[in-house]
Amino acid sequence: MAALLEARSLEGSYGRTKVLHGLDFAVEEGGITTILGANGAGKTTTLRAVSGMVKTSGEIRFAGQRIDGRATEDIARLGVAHVPEGRGTFSQLTVEENLRLGAYVRRGTGALVNEFARVYEYFPVLAQRQRQVAGTLSGGEQQMLAVARGLMLRPRLLLLDEPSLGLAPMVVREIFRIVRAINKEERVSVLLVEQNASIALALADHAYLLETGRVVMSGPAADLQRNDAIRRSYLGY
Amino acid sequence: MDIFIQQVMSGLATGGIYASLALALVMIYEATEVVNYSQGEMAMFSTYLCWSLLQAGLPYWVAFFATLVLAFVGGVLIERVIIRPVEDAPILTIVIVCIGLLVILNSVAGWIYSYIQKPFPTPFPGEPFKLGNIYLGKHDLGEIGVTLVVFVLLFVFFRFTTLGLAMRAAAQNPVASRLVGIRVGWMLALGWGLAAAVGAVAGMIVAPVLFLDPNMMGGVLLYAFASATLGGFTSPGGAVVGGLLVGVIENLVATYVSFIGTELKLTVALALIILVLLFRPSGLFGRVTVRRV
Repeated sequence: MAALLEARSLEGSYGRTKVLHGLDFAVEEGGITTILGANGAGKTTTLRAVSGMVKTSGEIRFAGQRIDGRATEDIARLGVAHVPEGRGTFSQLTVEENLRLGAYVRRGTGALVNEFARVYEYFPVLAQRQRQVAGTLSGGEQQMLAVARGLMLRPRLLLLDEPSLGLAPMVVREIFRIVRAINKEERVSVLLVEQNASIALALADHAYLLETGRVVMSGPAADLQRNDAIRRSYLGY
Repeated sequence: MDIFIQQVMSGLATGGIYASLALALVMIYEATEVVNYSQGEMAMFSTYLCWSLLQAGLPYWVAFFATLVLAFVGGVLIERVIIRPVEDAPILTIVIVCIGLLVILNSVAGWIYSYIQKPFPTPFPGEPFKLGNIYLGKHDLGEIGVTLVVFVLLFVFFRFTTLGLAMRAAAQNPVASRLVGIRVGWMLALGWGLAAAVGAVAGMIVAPVLFLDPNMMGGVLLYAFASATLGGFTSPGGAVVGGLLVGVIENLVATYVSFIGTELKLTVALALIILVLLFRPSGLFGRVTVRRV
């Protein structure tokens, strides 16, 4: 399998503060890769670097094309759907308007109706909330809306930033089940950033462990799950 | 009673103009959190362009729509060339830039066209209608009609088109907008263009009443500020309601409070701004925003 997304000696900084110190990682076409790490390890920054939201150096390739240094909106237009931490939905707009915006770059490509139907099939609860303002949804529903909006882009790569944050375990399981379905049925590759290591490792096929902006361990998710150090520090048993 | 209705009607007519300019202010404020102090002078300058086109012999409505296009392009250019470089600067910097723009536009208009008042034609000439004892000027009715058309068009644009939706999204959440591929910078420029066009409508409609001169919009801008403050700087609908209310209040106070009359009318706008800021700072329909510091 070829890598859809590949980063080489990626550095990222906010102003003068360097947060990423030369990362190498890849997301396989059709695969689910997860980046684990504690608070402040640089997980969110890594996703932001991919989306062109922080200053970077090094190399990022998407589908063989260099994307480092390009504008966020241009990277989105290539088929990278970034679901940011804290969801980033348009809280004053309705569910339907949020989804319409998700398909913004695909204007004129025909039947949006089918797209809505497809997305509502994954997230039936959103179909019932179409006219509701996003800010009035529950936390879980807002997270689902954020993923659904990403899906409207018909992405090749879905970037998920801590989708489990602040949600009840049952809701988290539901969302992860849907992400797996999307990955299998739509062949959308996923790069998932999580603090909740056990659920992320169960979903992913490849994993990286980040500590203060450096990759300290990587390999098949199953291997990391069995690793004693990871078990003690991140899985808690 | 007849006098009352008469004053309310003409209050609504001038109120429509305040509402248009207030709406232009609110559109830019919502998108960029900038209060555009040069909005009035941009409208005045557009009206002069219309005057030039009319002098060149163009029919009124051709000149009117050509001016809208010119104002739109001018608004976009001002955002791209003048506002963009100071986008991330402290708010005071942007305020100073806007005031500088006000002074420049005012002086350039005076330099090109002189400070002598010029008559400006109305597209709605003719004798007033008479309903009982009430006279309704054709231009007054036309003012109300034109402003209503502008509001309906803007509402439809922002509510039902994808571009309008993208502009609202860019104003609310620029980061998330970039992530869905919206070119946020261009949306802001477009907002300035639209606001400039709406302001141009206000200028062209008010010019037949006030006569055209470089300082024409000074008072109107003050009323527009009062309108936007009353309706709430974060609410386009509020700006419209605020504009109409200010127009009516201004007329009624001038008619019924003898010591104010026409000379002290402008003071009413200032008093209104102060009262609203004292008792309801977010305006009638505005969002209350809480900021952690």
